[in-house]
Amino acid sequence: MRLKLTRFKESNLFWPLCILLVLLVINGFLTRGFFSIQWKDGRLTGILVDILNRSTYIGIIAIGLTLVIATGGIDISVGSVVAISGAIAAFLIGGELVMRGSEQILVTRTPMGIAIFIALVASTLIGMWNGFLVARFRIQPIVATLVLMVAGRGIAQLITNGQIITIYYAPYYFIGNGSILGIPFSLYVLATVLILVTLITRKTALGLFIESIGVNRTASNYSGIKEQRIVFWTYAFCSFCAGISGLLVCSNVKSADGNNAGDMFELDAIFAVIIGGTSLNGGKFRLGGAVLGAIIIQTLTTMIYSIGVPPQVNLVIKSIVVFAVSMIQSEYFQSLFRMERPVSLRRNYYL
Amino acid sequence: MNKKTLPFFITLGLFLLMYAAGSLAYPNFFSLQVFINLFIDNAFLGIAAVGMTFVILSGGIDLSVGSVVALTTMISADLLQREWSPAVVIPAVLLLTSLFGTFQGIMIQVFRIQPFIATLAGMFFARGACYLISIDTINIDNEWYRSVSMAAIELPTGDFISINVFIFILLALIGWWLLKFTRFGRTVYAIGGSEQSAMLMGLPVTRTKILIYTLNGFCSGLAGVVFTFYMLSGYALHCKDLHLDAIAAVVMGGTLLTGGVGSVEGSIIGVLILGTIQTIINFQGTLSSWWTRIMVGVLIFAFIFMQSLLNRPTKQTQ
Amino acid sequence: MQDESAALLSMQNISKYFPGVRALSKINFSLFPGEIHALMGQYGAGKSTLIKIMTGVYQPDEGDMYFQGQKFHVESPEHAQNMGIATVYQEVNLCPNLTVAENLLLGREPRSFMGIRWKTLLSESQRIIKEKLELDLDPTRPLGSYSIAIQQMVAIARALCVRSTVLILDEPTSSIDETEVERLFSILRKLKQEGLAILFITHFINQVYEISDKITVLRNGEYVGTARTKDLPKINLISMMVGKNPEEIVDTEVHKNVKINEGSQQEILCTSGLGRNGYLKPLDLSLYKGEVLGLAGLLGSGRTETAKLLFAAERAMEGSVYWYGKQVYPQSPSDTISLGMGFCPEDRKTEGLLGDLSVRENIILALQAKRGILNYLQRKNQEEIANRLIAELGIITPGTEQPVKNLSGGNQQKVLLARWLATNPEVLILDEPTRGIDVGAKGEILQRILSLRDTGFAIVFISSELEEVVAISDRVAVFRDKKKVAEIQGDEIAEHTIMQLIAQGE
Repeated sequence: MRLKLTRFKESNLFWPLCILLVLLVINGFLTRGFFSIQWKDGRLTGILVDILNRSTYIGIIAIGLTLVIATGGIDISVGSVVAISGAIAAFLIGGELVMRGSEQILVTRTPMGIAIFIALVASTLIGMWNGFLVARFRIQPIVATLVLMVAGRGIAQLITNGQIITIYYAPYYFIGNGSILGIPFSLYVLATVLILVTLITRKTALGLFIESIGVNRTASNYSGIKEQRIVFWTYAFCSFCAGISGLLVCSNVKSADGNNAGDMFELDAIFAVIIGGTSLNGGKFRLGGAVLGAIIIQTLTTMIYSIGVPPQVNLVIKSIVVFAVSMIQSEYFQSLFRMERPVSLRRNYYL
Repeated sequence: MNKKTLPFFITLGLFLLMYAAGSLAYPNFFSLQVFINLFIDNAFLGIAAVGMTFVILSGGIDLSVGSVVALTTMISADLLQREWSPAVVIPAVLLLTSLFGTFQGIMIQVFRIQPFIATLAGMFFARGACYLISIDTINIDNEWYRSVSMAAIELPTGDFISINVFIFILLALIGWWLLKFTRFGRTVYAIGGSEQSAMLMGLPVTRTKILIYTLNGFCSGLAGVVFTFYMLSGYALHCKDLHLDAIAAVVMGGTLLTGGVGSVEGSIIGVLILGTIQTIINFQGTLSSWWTRIMVGVLIFAFIFMQSLLNRPTKQTQ
Repeated sequence: MQDESAALLSMQNISKYFPGVRALSKINFSLFPGEIHALMGQYGAGKSTLIKIMTGVYQPDEGDMYFQGQKFHVESPEHAQNMGIATVYQEVNLCPNLTVAENLLLGREPRSFMGIRWKTLLSESQRIIKEKLELDLDPTRPLGSYSIAIQQMVAIARALCVRSTVLILDEPTSSIDETEVERLFSILRKLKQEGLAILFITHFINQVYEISDKITVLRNGEYVGTARTKDLPKINLISMMVGKNPEEIVDTEVHKNVKINEGSQQEILCTSGLGRNGYLKPLDLSLYKGEVLGLAGLLGSGRTETAKLLFAAERAMEGSVYWYGKQVYPQSPSDTISLGMGFCPEDRKTEGLLGDLSVRENIILALQAKRGILNYLQRKNQEEIANRLIAELGIITPGTEQPVKNLSGGNQQKVLLARWLATNPEVLILDEPTRGIDVGAKGEILQRILSLRDTGFAIVFISSELEEVVAISDRVAVFRDKKKVAEIQGDEIAEHTIMQLIAQGE
């Protein structure tokens, strides 16, 4: 039993889970009925359900982003991809009132399946562009993805023509609002992506290769790993995930806003990945941790909202949490905590 | 001109090219006033870019600049509303933002938090702090501020220039001098080239890095003061994406995001390029504002692509 | 024995601990002015750690230091420099993005109230280059545009700029060749005469005997002893470093059965005109099964370049490659690996090992890459393979899950070798496999290479230690200035012959 506890403690899901538990307990005290879940209109409702539902937007992105970060890179264009994906779907679907027979029904401009398909393809193409710059031309990831972060919103607005496109097509609402067996559909999407990616990375050599590339790209290349190809596809997949998230978001609010959709998503997603236990330097990655990180962020947001503080204060709290977590994770702090001689400021240079 | 100064000349060339294109396309473009307006309208961005140059040269990054500018406007507006004197308000905000920079520098250097994360948190914090002061805009009625804002100094040519421009140019000159003529500046380059080497060479790396972020905090604060003169209001959403524009300007100016290579003068030209794009779009009249975003994205791409070609590391042989 | 009180720098009972490791234990050491003092020991003996304490990079956990008779404490590299201790580190610790002139005077730039005086800086740096280095360098060029060897010389010149009383050099000759070593030594002799105390770490025994007055040996973090160089025979020195009596020292001479190419061997790999502009001149080379082909030459002569082109780690621009007589077109390492090649790069740390990954993961990596992404080796299989190779090669590690960065240099090299053996290659290219490995382990690796050869492997062997090349190669290809200039085999293989060929070639 003791051995199991120690192993669990050392497993990298320990700290994120602890943080989440602490947050949940605090919430439990602050909000009456925080933990209550009810069944209404054929679906589960409650604050907890709400948190899980909303955390999927960042959570799905965080899964793709984890793989990118694990290769030693980063993708800051995901927020813009969310906007573009939603914009494409909204543009293609639109929704107008049309007379069919003697009824007035809402019709979509393009078959919904095709609209979704195109949105996802576009998102993936953006990722392939990023991947091409990083893998083939060896451009620094933050610089390469900066291009689309900046231009992407312009493109999204171009598609929506600067307006907010409202979608008038009920079937589409299901993606962001529907539920199966009472559980929100978005959770199914998140779970599917998480399970698929976990299986693919752990049951094949892909996970090992990605970690290897993150630790030492040259050595991985010399060991016969097709490093360029793998890096390329991680960026493509990450944007694909952002595309999925974009569809969920736009469906949830039944509209696409080229300017504001996905605002600051990249920052939240990166934060989720880090809190989940993957290092920004690359190497070992934790998919489950990233999803936990996304849930933590959402719990934090909800907590602030529910205690009646203006939602903007959310930002201050988030920043304090980021600082606190980073400080605690830092070596300097760890050495203070263990009451050893504080690690010399210069130590980290000579590892 | 050699490999090192080539990027600067390309940047300069691009600016001149764009300006020429605008002049050819629109009759009133080629006037001194339009040129001066580039400075007037972008003074705050220019000041922020100067600070950002130092940060990026050292191999770091600062995402909080936009939020700090907004915070500056907010605090200024709030204090002025409470009848504080500008003579107290301005030094106060500058001190505050500098200390904020120092805090971030300590997080980055002592606690070894990655600059991206530390300044990301800083960005959240500053933006959130704005909202704590006020969710809505606070307008500035202060006499002195208004007079500074309206001040249009007439040049012999009949064109007008604002005080912001002088502040901008003065700061740019100081920044240029610091980088080129002080040990502090050379240490910045050294750290960007190889932090470990700089340390082993006996350079005061810790002190310098914290100073860099302090300086950047000061620049953000000064940019905020200038922006306050420009907009006469405090608002949490001011300069929402300023950090992106500042980074874009610095990258276009020839500074490598990895650090060690770059200059203040390049960043200034980068700012002018951004301003020219905006001006051309304004003149065009029908193009929507998001085209600016797309153009800037395309330009950033062109520059980093060129940088990657020029800086292909020479193969190290045995 | 010299009067201790005349010592310039003295360390007493110095100890230093790192988590889980006792790097130095109660070291006593003294440095006197006007002498060149060599600090020697195996890898991991603590030499670099001792230096870093002297120069303020690390702080000692126990013990005292005395400088010119006064007790003192070095706070930082900055502090050490101000005190007069100048240091040149093993890796070039300069800034490649700055000019040579700047690197020389960084932190000490000539100033006026207006700021740095660039004209003075330039002329000052030109003077330094002329006086101290006697080289022809353009001080306005970025440092990075010069070779590593030149960069190291600049680092040395920088250390000599400041008025110092102590000069410390950590493996200064690792990246420079014969002529540059001679130049360095004449500078050092001049400085010795001026009264400087010079301490240098090196593993080149011949150089120690050429230049040093005294030798101090460390072993396993402990002080073994100090002796005057002229009073210490080589065999005793080695025995101090290794910890065995002179009689017990394993004969590092290995026995090879010299194989002469009688045409009874099968040609496995052959290149015709293989080259790359500015990298390697067109190369014709043949490799046969069951032989060791040694590549000899100076730094930068093209040996590593040849290795990388053969392995397709770098892409060739011209020429062709043949495998068992059939032409092949490898574009990347994964192509050559599928053919049946393996490559241990010269720089283990940056090109070979995945430090944070476990021993197991490092060992099976190439095999897994060969099998592809889908054909995943189950964990059990991985452990089996890893354990088998750990036993076969005698890798010392607490287990398969240990991060490979925690292993000693010799064991790291074995892990790298294990990685390739796991793929059952037919050709092995080994670039400096004995670098950074202790004397005893070196012999083991050389012997292992020979046994691999005897089982039919074709091995390309690169080493800067000429005696190693001579000891185990069946054939030797000699390189100079990125071109193969000669090939010798059998009885022709001898150190002086090779050196002559390097010098004159063709």
